[in-house]
Amino acid sequence: MSALQAWLDAPAVTIVAIGALVGVAATLLGTFLVLRRESMLSDAISHSVLLGIVGVYLLTGTLDTPLHVVGAALAGLVTVVLTDLLVRSRRVKQDAAIGLVFPAMFAAAVLLINVYARDVHLDADAVLLGEIAFAWLDVVRVGELEVARSLLTMGIVTVANLAFVVLLYKELKLATFDPALAIALGLRPGLIGLALLSLLSVTAVGAFDAVGAILFVAFVIVPPTAAYLLTDRLWRMLAYGSAIAVASSVIGYRVAVALDVSIGGSMASATGVFLLLALAFGPKHGLIARALRRRAPQPPPGVAAVGPSAAAAAAALASPGGRR
Amino acid sequence: MDLLELLGDFTVRSVALGAALVGLVAGALGSFALLRRQSLLGDTLSHAALPGIALGFLLSGSRSLTPILAGALISGTLAALLVLLLTRSTRIKDDAALGVSLSLFFAVGTVLLTYAQRQVGAAQAGLDAFLFGQAAAVLPSDLTLIGGIGLAAMLALALLWKEFKAITFDADFARSLGLPVLALEALLTVLIAVAVVIGLQLVGVILMVALVVAPAAAARQWTRRLEAMVALAAAFGALAGVAGALVSASARGLATGPVIVLAASALVLASLLVAPERGLAWQAARSWGRRRALGSHRVLVDLLRLGQDHRDPAYASEQGMLDTYFGGPTGHVLRRLRRRGLVERVDHMPEEGAHWVLTPTGQAQARELQVPFGKRPGDEAPR
Repeated sequence: MSALQAWLDAPAVTIVAIGALVGVAATLLGTFLVLRRESMLSDAISHSVLLGIVGVYLLTGTLDTPLHVVGAALAGLVTVVLTDLLVRSRRVKQDAAIGLVFPAMFAAAVLLINVYARDVHLDADAVLLGEIAFAWLDVVRVGELEVARSLLTMGIVTVANLAFVVLLYKELKLATFDPALAIALGLRPGLIGLALLSLLSVTAVGAFDAVGAILFVAFVIVPPTAAYLLTDRLWRMLAYGSAIAVASSVIGYRVAVALDVSIGGSMASATGVFLLLALAFGPKHGLIARALRRRAPQPPPGVAAVGPSAAAAAAALASPGGRR
Repeated sequence: MDLLELLGDFTVRSVALGAALVGLVAGALGSFALLRRQSLLGDTLSHAALPGIALGFLLSGSRSLTPILAGALISGTLAALLVLLLTRSTRIKDDAALGVSLSLFFAVGTVLLTYAQRQVGAAQAGLDAFLFGQAAAVLPSDLTLIGGIGLAAMLALALLWKEFKAITFDADFARSLGLPVLALEALLTVLIAVAVVIGLQLVGVILMVALVVAPAAAARQWTRRLEAMVALAAAFGALAGVAGALVSASARGLATGPVIVLAASALVLASLLVAPERGLAWQAARSWGRRRALGSHRVLVDLLRLGQDHRDPAYASEQGMLDTYFGGPTGHVLRRLRRRGLVERVDHMPEEGAHWVLTPTGQAQARELQVPFGKRPGDEAPR
């Protein structure tokens, strides 16, 4: 047995690796969601994706099919399109539209499970909370190696998300920060947004097994938000967020084992610790830095000899959009 | 079981009553959340109740509802405060703040929930019910508690009606009156949290947001007055609650919460379609009628102008030419106008196809229309 196989057989490694992959895959997309002020769409999508999974199950009679990805992506798109239609009808505002669409879809999914799929492994608790602790039991063969199914799925999803972000970096950036210019340059920001949300739906399905729907939302929103307090540059936000997601998986796993509690919940809670740290100590946007800046006398831009915090404050005031 | 038999059943009757009350309170207070564009705060409040539920259970060591609801209310309020802190004192936007608060509180909740399960073993079965709501787990004493809290919340709403109305529609005006706007906003948020918390046992933390948003969104379609909207939302909420409780009791294995949510969603859909004035069905009918009238008017004026250009009021215009002016086929429009006696079909020359002339009534009507359509230079001018 190769060293790699020995490594893959260790449950702890598998669990942490799955958590880290879910975290990175979610953070890569979540960064753009947070910047586009569409964070709550991830909450909506992660719920309504269940309807896609149930629908595919009822059509095919099995849970073990790659069609789930299609069903999930469709359900995610339906959520987004329905929300958009409601907003465009100008009868409800966007927040209410989100709050109308996904509960209805989730409720329909839960009832379908109640009626048609009682005895299948598709109980709603597992969808909400995930079963990462047992993920290493379910393995598939890849060539010579036996790999946990979730690890493989999340690996593929993460690579896909990474490819999406790297290949379309410029387009995503423009569509996020200046949609009008993106249109003027002949890009399709609406299409890019839909692609982003479709990928998010697919990622949500992959994450269901591991951490559950709502903890997935934590990985989508919290690391990017923490990174948002640490930097003003997009690529750094992506990098910091991913690092926070990986670190949260490791720490969360340790804590969960020590206290014998939900691993997914513990990993998601760990992202919160990083958010609190960023909130307090963020170099420019943290609470302490802001408080210091407010107290310090405001030097004219260019006076850098007063001290590090004052210089940072001056830089922040000089840069457009530094304080909003 | 048929409906009468269901209503005769004591358990079903009390669950239906409880669901009606939950829907009533959530509908009334949800109206304020909707108008203040804080619908998703209901989502955050309900998910964030989970750690409170687990803590209330752990600290009291029993499944009695009072400590659980108190815990849920406290953790929900803390989550709302976190949202406030993040949006007020950092650059984090409100959508991210809501999502952060929701997911982190829920994550901590699942950790505490599994911890509680390890501590007490089998008794945890009762706590899982809070995820999706379980009417069967509701005791008569629970209903009394839910009812008491709900009535207190409604009383608070009635007493502070004017103040809440003022901060909802014009916070600056409220401030100029000397009202403590921030305190009132906080109190309103706590009341919405109360509405969420009393529904948790029946509807569950995941879907409770629907009962805050849906009845209010449905009611908004029917009226533009706050008083009517709140009353209607309360009625819709109660209706969805009763319908959900009865349907889920009549069929085996249907969770109460999802049925209530689907009932409320159906009310929203119906209201969006057929509410007077704002109904989308009426809007579609109106715009179809307008488009039809506009088409007739344009063809009439085109005929008149062609006649004027040829200095012959009875000038026979070729249908193909009318199509060109109109920018599309005019056959159906012309047939409609003929039925109303405004145009007549004439055969100019058999091989040239259909030609049309204005009747005298048609000419009169077209002249009237020509004014709002705007005159071209040279219209009716002697040449």
